[in-house]
Amino acid sequence: MDEVIRVEGLTKRFGDFTAVDQVSFTVQRGEVIGYLGPNGSGKTTTIRMLLGLLLPSEGKAWVLGYDIWRQSEAIRRQCGYMSQKFSLYHDLTVEENLRFYGGVYGVGEEIQIQATLERVGLAAQRQTMVSALATGWKQRLALAIAIVHRPQLLFLDEPTSGVDPTARRAFWDLIYELVHEGVTALVTTHYMDEAEYCGKVGVMRDGKLLALDTPEQLKKQVLRGLAYDLFATPLIEALSFLEASPLPLRVGLSGDHLRVILPKEVEPSCLLAELQQAGYGEARIEPVEASLEDVFLALSGK
Amino acid sequence: MVNSRLIALIRKEFIQIRRDPRTLALIIVIPIMQLFLLGYAATNDVRNVPLAVLDQDRSSAARRLLDAYRAADYFRITHAVSSERQLRDLIDRGVVRAGLIIPPNYGEKVHSGKPASVAFVLDGSDPTVASTALSAAQLIGQAHATAILAERAQRQGFGSNLDSALEVRTQVWYNPDLISAYFMIPGVIGMILYALTSILTATAIVRERERGTIEQLIVTPIRPIELVVGKLFPYVVLAIINAIEVLVLGAWWFDVPVRGNLGLILALSGLFLLSSLGIGLFGSTIANTQQEAMLTVWMTLLPSIFLSGFFFPLEAMPKVLQWISYIFPLRYYLVIIRTLLLKGGGVSALWEQILALTLFGVVIMGAAARRFRKRLD
Repeated sequence: MDEVIRVEGLTKRFGDFTAVDQVSFTVQRGEVIGYLGPNGSGKTTTIRMLLGLLLPSEGKAWVLGYDIWRQSEAIRRQCGYMSQKFSLYHDLTVEENLRFYGGVYGVGEEIQIQATLERVGLAAQRQTMVSALATGWKQRLALAIAIVHRPQLLFLDEPTSGVDPTARRAFWDLIYELVHEGVTALVTTHYMDEAEYCGKVGVMRDGKLLALDTPEQLKKQVLRGLAYDLFATPLIEALSFLEASPLPLRVGLSGDHLRVILPKEVEPSCLLAELQQAGYGEARIEPVEASLEDVFLALSGK
Repeated sequence: MVNSRLIALIRKEFIQIRRDPRTLALIIVIPIMQLFLLGYAATNDVRNVPLAVLDQDRSSAARRLLDAYRAADYFRITHAVSSERQLRDLIDRGVVRAGLIIPPNYGEKVHSGKPASVAFVLDGSDPTVASTALSAAQLIGQAHATAILAERAQRQGFGSNLDSALEVRTQVWYNPDLISAYFMIPGVIGMILYALTSILTATAIVRERERGTIEQLIVTPIRPIELVVGKLFPYVVLAIINAIEVLVLGAWWFDVPVRGNLGLILALSGLFLLSSLGIGLFGSTIANTQQEAMLTVWMTLLPSIFLSGFFFPLEAMPKVLQWISYIFPLRYYLVIIRTLLLKGGGVSALWEQILALTLFGVVIMGAAARRFRKRLD
């Protein structure tokens, strides 16, 4: 069985509000799925339904072959979960936290507890009270708790929020180590750069899964063109001029310049010529690598 | 079967209790404080009521009457006044609670065999004290009257064997000296068991929800029943320690008798814990914050105390309140614990209470367990 998650038309409504709207996707063994989307887009609710923390309003889903409606206990035994809030006991030490969760998962051997601490690099802090830990270390402990029972599938919900870039990088290295050992991981994030590390990226917005594919495929499929950085003065007027122009697929402000997506068949010099005709003599255009941010903006902005 | 999940949870709870020494100290100290407070302060015993005397007669008969009042320890003669105005002033200021007025011709009347009268004035602002003092004053007066009659008869040659025609020999069972502490301390045991277990269990479970750790617990393979038992067990242990603490202190310091079987006392206290834990657990399923949990449980605590016969006898309450009192488990437990400590009866005398507690415990636990699901919504 290589398909570890299958989701069909999963929906969750809270009163009038639809948090997750007809989401469908599949995940293969050994994949790293990045679930990208702003806060409140339905990422957490989707994960909670897959783990049986919330009952779906409608739809079907299977995790590791188990039905989420009826077999959530079997799912939980083989999955690791790291919640946004890092569910740690602040009045226990690092070691006591891990020993407790290990015990609850039936991991009684001290060797496995210590090995897990070593693996996430917390061996030196094992006696530290969690309340005294920096956020980066709490994040590692939360991961340790999620993997102490050696699950096949990991759900990591915004594991890197509030953590500095170095710690984020180190954390992703850890995730990839686990994936090399055969673990499948579904990671939510709202950092675009993190999504680039993922084998596949799902983009969520307002409860809908807008797309799910490899970053390359997403750029190709969603953007249907090439990305350019365009410098012109005055910038804002140039932006409104280009928005009115039929040539670009998309124009957007990106710091001190504009990000333009042009169809493959359109030469960038054509656009430049148009701009110069309109009086933007200084304009300059450079081809760039499209980013997931472009994809995300394209998907959500239409 | 003992399993590793349960052990892990119980061990964690005990570590957390140990890490919070202030709460632990409160849990240990509060029962002692309540015991002493209620053992001493909440007393209905009327002793040494300050009494002022206005003796306008100053005869030997008047002095004998005063001796009679002095001899009973209900009153303490603190002031001798010379006018009614002074007496009124002392009562107004609360310096004395009662006044005895002996009119000028008292001695003469007693001597000549005419009916004599004295006046007894009482401050009725505290009805409990006043009613006891009133009957005490009357009793002392009547006893003295009988003595005067007997003396008079003797003087007139009717012989010495002239006791009153009827004597009511009172006999108070179980608490012959009518010491309030004997009544209060079993109540304290009940109240502590109830308040501590229900509040502590409710907050302990809600704390997990408040800190978000419940979410992580739910995704583990732990079963709901293990979660409930594991969370409750440490507080059951604490509650039993508290009960023993109060029992030992009550018996040793206040000399409260422990006439019943100790094993039965503990067993029925355990049965009562089923109800208080159930209420705590139920409270935790409807509260989102520790404060809410605390208040929810508090809401049941006050009526429990007032409608259980803790302070006020249920028999004296309006019928409606008496009916309502049947839904509070503390009511049944107080009967059980008072009976077992003071009377020493057995199961046969208490089966109604035992049945009621069992029923309540099973229903509330069942309802709480139904609401206690491993899910967030």
